[in-house]
Amino acid sequence: MTIVSRGFAGRRNAADVKLPPGQYLTTDFPVLSAGPTPHIALDRWEFVIEDCNKVLKRWDWRSFRQLPTERITVDLHCVTRWSKLGTSWEGVSLDVLLADTKTECAFAMFRSYGDYTTNVPLKDIMNGRAWIAFNYDGVDLAPEHGGPARLLVPHLYLWKSAKWVKGLTLMPHNEPGFWENLGYHIYGDPWKEQRYSE
Amino acid sequence: MEGTAVLGIGTWRTATVLDLRDETPSARTLALEVRDWPGHIAGQHVDVRLTAADGYSAVRSYSIASAPRSNGRIEITVERLPNGEVSPYLTQQVMAGDELEVRGPIGRWFVWHPEQAMPIQLVAGGSGIVPLMAMIRSHASAGSIAPFRLLYSVREPGFIFYRDELRALSNRGDSLVVTYAYTRVTPKDWPRSAGRIDQELIAGSTWPSNLQPSCYVCGPTSFVEHTTDLLIAGGHDRDRIRTERFGATGEQK
Repeated sequence: MTIVSRGFAGRRNAADVKLPPGQYLTTDFPVLSAGPTPHIALDRWEFVIEDCNKVLKRWDWRSFRQLPTERITVDLHCVTRWSKLGTSWEGVSLDVLLADTKTECAFAMFRSYGDYTTNVPLKDIMNGRAWIAFNYDGVDLAPEHGGPARLLVPHLYLWKSAKWVKGLTLMPHNEPGFWENLGYHIYGDPWKEQRYSE
Repeated sequence: MEGTAVLGIGTWRTATVLDLRDETPSARTLALEVRDWPGHIAGQHVDVRLTAADGYSAVRSYSIASAPRSNGRIEITVERLPNGEVSPYLTQQVMAGDELEVRGPIGRWFVWHPEQAMPIQLVAGGSGIVPLMAMIRSHASAGSIAPFRLLYSVREPGFIFYRDELRALSNRGDSLVVTYAYTRVTPKDWPRSAGRIDQELIAGSTWPSNLQPSCYVCGPTSFVEHTTDLLIAGGHDRDRIRTERFGATGEQK
């Protein structure tokens, strides 16, 4: 049974804005991270795709930035309940990075500088659904937002869009990453309000 | 009790407002009695749901300020945001006896357990003190011997939360040492001029890094970015620094 809060009126969103359940609109860009922001020099940066046995692909910053890029405009939904609409990014599609990669694995564990991890099914990062983004709103991605580069997988809650990303490991089975181990949902669909594992 | 507190966050529970207490002109503490509250760990937060008469509801997260207790009572301290939807209601409208809904406790990362015996460095910016106060209270009520230091940055003296209680706890002995930093206005004859925390203050008031304290830093994003950079520059291991950020990224000067 829902308790009505005496005298609470609330503030509705504009009727034409459709948000996932339990979210509210913000025009800020809040930050949520578990620890200090790593500052990664571009000459030390790399992005590595590996499976359980070996490194499959590796880019340094120079070779990464020679890959074809896309400009995308997407809505962001954070598990802490803010949503920000129409954010503009530039990044390299995971389709480009994973091209010609042969694997039996169905899951990926993304790894970040600062030791953050998050798990995403492989199908969720293919077919134009995920990018490694290095530019936000026309400028280089700031360190506190995940620069030099972060995963952007906007159809899932934003903790899945790992900041300071440095690679992914292909996994045969789904395993929880950092927040998923701490009680957050293994998949994280904002439209199904999959915030926490219960 | 604590063993169950870290498991699922459970369902929405009815909470009755027992008591209200102003901490500053813009922040108020709500003492709540939560039906079937499973208990919590210092540092965790709750979701609070308000529902209007027509069924519209809004949910926000608030850190728990109180130490774990077994009687189903928790306290949250809410800072009123200028254009907030929920915080003006919680800081101005709600009255003792009102009911709202609470879900939690939530979070297993930014927490302090009384079994942790090593030195603890707390760094708070503004209302970032709230989850750290839960740790300080948990430390006191558990009789922990872990040495605590708190570096607490506020705009001016009138913006300090829990001032009397912090003074009383820090006068009890060596187990809690509190240092204030004022960013805009200092008390009269304060030895340090107003300004943000700098390397000198970190060096003079926090645990040296060779003691390997666990650090908990909570505040606005720019504050957390700045002070964690200083802690790391001071030799602290980034793996021993846990952070909780809130608010926008924009510097509010």
